[in-house]
Amino acid sequence: MTKLLPFSRRDFLRTSAMGAAVVGLAPSGLFSPAMAQAALTVGFIYVGPKDDYGYNQAHAEGAAMLKALEGVTVVEEENVPETVDVQKTMESMINLDGAGLLFPTSFGYFDPHMLDMAKKYPDAQFRHCGGLWKEGTHPANTGSYFGYIGQGQYLNGIAAGYASKSKKIGFVAAKPIPQVLQNINSFLLGARSVDPAITCQVIFTGEWSLAVKEAEATNALIDQGADVITCHVDSPKVVVETAAGRGAFICGYHANQSPLAPEKYLTGAEWAWGNVYTDFVKKAQAGEKLGNFVRGGLKDGFVKMSPLGPGVSEEARKTFDATLAEMMGGSFSVFKAGIKDNKGNVVVADGQAFAEDAIELESMDYLVEGVVGSTS
Amino acid sequence: MEDIGLWGVPLAILAGAIRVSTPFIFVSLGEAITERSGRINLGLEGTLVFGAMTAYGVAVMTLSPWLGVLAAMAAGAVFGLVHGWICKFPKVNDIAIGIAMMQFGLGLAFFLGKPFIQPSAPKLPSIPFGGWSDVPQVQAALNINVLFLIGAALAVFLWWAFRNTRIGLILRVVGDSSDAARAMGLNPDTVRLLATAVGGALAAIGGAYLSLFYPGSWNEGISSGQGLMAVALVIFARWNPIGCFLAAMLFGGAGALGPALQSVGVTQGYYLFYAAPYVLTLAILIATSSPTRSLAGAPGALSITK
Amino acid sequence: MTIEANVPITPLSEQAGQIRPLLEWLARRAEPLAIALFAILVGLALFSLFIAVLGKSPVQLFQLMYAGGFGSWFSVQNSLSRAAPLLLTALCVALPARLGLVVIGAEGAVVLGGVAGAAIALPMIGTAPPFVVWVAMGLAGMAVGAAWIGLSGFLRHYRGVNETIASLLLAYIAIALMNHLIEGVLRDPASLNKPSTTPLPAEYMLGNIPGMDVHWGLVIGVVACIVSYILIEATSFGFAARIAGGNVRAAQIQGLPVRRLIVGFTAIAGSFAGLAGMIEVTAVQGSANASLAAGYGYTGILVAFLARHNPLAIIPVAILLGGIDASGGLIQRRMGLPDATVLVLQGTLFVVILFCETLYGRFRLFNPDLWKRSA
Repeated sequence: MTKLLPFSRRDFLRTSAMGAAVVGLAPSGLFSPAMAQAALTVGFIYVGPKDDYGYNQAHAEGAAMLKALEGVTVVEEENVPETVDVQKTMESMINLDGAGLLFPTSFGYFDPHMLDMAKKYPDAQFRHCGGLWKEGTHPANTGSYFGYIGQGQYLNGIAAGYASKSKKIGFVAAKPIPQVLQNINSFLLGARSVDPAITCQVIFTGEWSLAVKEAEATNALIDQGADVITCHVDSPKVVVETAAGRGAFICGYHANQSPLAPEKYLTGAEWAWGNVYTDFVKKAQAGEKLGNFVRGGLKDGFVKMSPLGPGVSEEARKTFDATLAEMMGGSFSVFKAGIKDNKGNVVVADGQAFAEDAIELESMDYLVEGVVGSTS
Repeated sequence: MEDIGLWGVPLAILAGAIRVSTPFIFVSLGEAITERSGRINLGLEGTLVFGAMTAYGVAVMTLSPWLGVLAAMAAGAVFGLVHGWICKFPKVNDIAIGIAMMQFGLGLAFFLGKPFIQPSAPKLPSIPFGGWSDVPQVQAALNINVLFLIGAALAVFLWWAFRNTRIGLILRVVGDSSDAARAMGLNPDTVRLLATAVGGALAAIGGAYLSLFYPGSWNEGISSGQGLMAVALVIFARWNPIGCFLAAMLFGGAGALGPALQSVGVTQGYYLFYAAPYVLTLAILIATSSPTRSLAGAPGALSITK
Repeated sequence: MTIEANVPITPLSEQAGQIRPLLEWLARRAEPLAIALFAILVGLALFSLFIAVLGKSPVQLFQLMYAGGFGSWFSVQNSLSRAAPLLLTALCVALPARLGLVVIGAEGAVVLGGVAGAAIALPMIGTAPPFVVWVAMGLAGMAVGAAWIGLSGFLRHYRGVNETIASLLLAYIAIALMNHLIEGVLRDPASLNKPSTTPLPAEYMLGNIPGMDVHWGLVIGVVACIVSYILIEATSFGFAARIAGGNVRAAQIQGLPVRRLIVGFTAIAGSFAGLAGMIEVTAVQGSANASLAAGYGYTGILVAFLARHNPLAIIPVAILLGGIDASGGLIQRRMGLPDATVLVLQGTLFVVILFCETLYGRFRLFNPDLWKRSA
């Protein structure tokens, strides 16, 4: 039974009535917005401020799209740490707001926080961004969704490869985890598809959001000759502005940062969570079963590219468009045929190719040849 | 751009010292003035962040970064006045009020700063001192912001003023003993009130530098505790303005070590490199302290020394 | 500011003389409570003004705060869960403060206590029963926390290094060390996108208090507060500390063991913070990871100062803070106010509460020594 959707009209009324009863004071009007529609309350939880020009903003923009849907109430909480706080936030959304579908959007919310809450509230549905959901291991009312943004970073790399004169490009990264490593590798492989002599220097800042250190890292990369910079930190604003201030080109990440540096911004890999969330919510409202392991890339509308900037040459544009078309056709592999890591080990054998949804890519623990940096 | 290889490390340390140190310089000089008067304001982190928000917001609205700096100073002075006024009442603990004011300042800055996260503000200008060199990295490193120069000059001026001016004397007398100050016909509360206000205004300039020059952006993560650390650096510098300046430079330069080493390929154990400023400061502190003259230079009325 | 409460005290009859000691006791105990309540009311009034200026309803806000913080059994448990770690980190500040030391680096002891607990548990999983593992983890966390904060005390006494700056620097170093370890030698290779130590199996998790949805850390924290109170108020060690806290030189002249007091108190304080970190691992996270640095150590500073470094007062203050924190989510969700609203409220409230400390001793009602005049 738990596999069926728990938020039919009757169930929802029950939960929210329970919520109201629990709160007890409920003067008229306090809880009426959710009750009147009697449809679906969706809870979003962000690890940082929801307007950070980056990771959290991308999710919040997706959540904002839901607000236009008939019968959907969106409740949001920002700056929720990955501690008991997030567990209580989920419970509070279920108990006090009658939320039937929750999107805890930070990776660290998955285990143990979301999994524990899902066991405790089997009637609510939980969908997590980025977690590796496994059938049988994880509760059936949970699931995960993520976008194959690595292909976007490959396209960033193509734009960077054409724009770079020094043949050195730079990457400001938070932590050496698979999602980040895959982006770094994709960025370099994209650039090397233009010119195999290109190298990519990576600097890890060690934290997801650390403005001064991100600026220092950007400067250090440019001092060492990098002339195109991209990043994987929660809020790319500082990296983009610092790099543009030093005259380097930028490839964006998470959201469209071109307004920050219109001349220097080449393109960017952006999330398009609005589509993903709308799909989940429509299914939920129609009483259909929600997917437990939802993935998609450029062709599925999970990820999109920022419009190409003035620094992108005509030649670069052609390659970019051709590669994008190939990706949209679904036949493109970033990781294929004889790739070595930067210690000399073969990580993708000759004749082997990983499609973008290959599960192996989600546990990547190496940097490919040509990336200067180390994973520990 | 030329390949400068390993020369990038010392260059980055120098450039980092100049770029990163300015907020530490202003906050620690401000706190030095406050503490010299016998009061501790531990809440300058809140003032710094509120200053960063105010400067950015005003710069966005008026398109003038200098008006932003002035507005930040005014806001910082108000924070200082509130702290100073509350602390003149008996039995009120200045350290505790500072911590509460920090919370208040952070909260208000984040609250009022929401509309300014998206827009871009005009930046404070910098002076290119690197024209003599044709190495672009050196030119970039020597693009020095005016506030850094003001901070350096201010440090020298305060060092001189503490010793040689009447105001400096008043500050030291009040800081060493309230009773002695009263005997001289001075009102210690008024002096401390003004000293805390000046300290707040200076700390807010540090914030303006963060949001309007380097890294030059407003968001809730703009400060990673620079304000708190700078207050601690005052003790490290033994309440000497020149010492504050040098401590800030040391701290900024050591902070540049981590990214610089990674950029030349030293990539293992970067967390430990990132701890370099803290380890270095602690090591120097241990080496230069001694149990017999533990707090030479400390104002006598400071509650931290009691 | 002369707020004199001229409450007439009725002349005490002879029978009433029997209950006078009780009244005096009550009066002295009532003073902090009454002042705190008054301060909270003033703080809330000021904050209402702020909210009203923004065009939002303070009434709705306070209703939501009550509902989210204390208005239901769920909300109470929510508040208590958030208060649990603060009890221990506040002790880490309050105990040295009794000696006149300002230690602000509890965060360092929390993260390293958590890492030490997780590390020592790894080889014991599957071979030792849960209880033994918990004890070992607790001891390891406390030992590392004691060493870390004790080091600040040690440096203070033997090298004259200021403990405030030393403990803050050590906290940053501790966080770097934690990250280095959990992304290096202690990393569970299966912890992909959030580097962590190998998670504890379910049976090794320190579950909830029976009948409650709050983990055992709350009980441990309350016990630690009570033990600390006894230590300070009822032992010779605590008595010596109180004297030394008043005046170190006088204490040295009297022959009190100031050295042992400083190192001992900072070490005990650190052991509590280390225990808080270990509890985070074994009751919440299941592993040591970067979420250990969630700011509990820094919030503890605020709790300790609000509680005037009285271990028993830490309990209600921590719960108040937990309640405000718990209600913050509801305010965001229902009123569309940003997360920072709660910070503004906390700041306003705490400035007023600390400001009102100046009221101590100003009310005749609470000062039995002044009763005689009207008696």
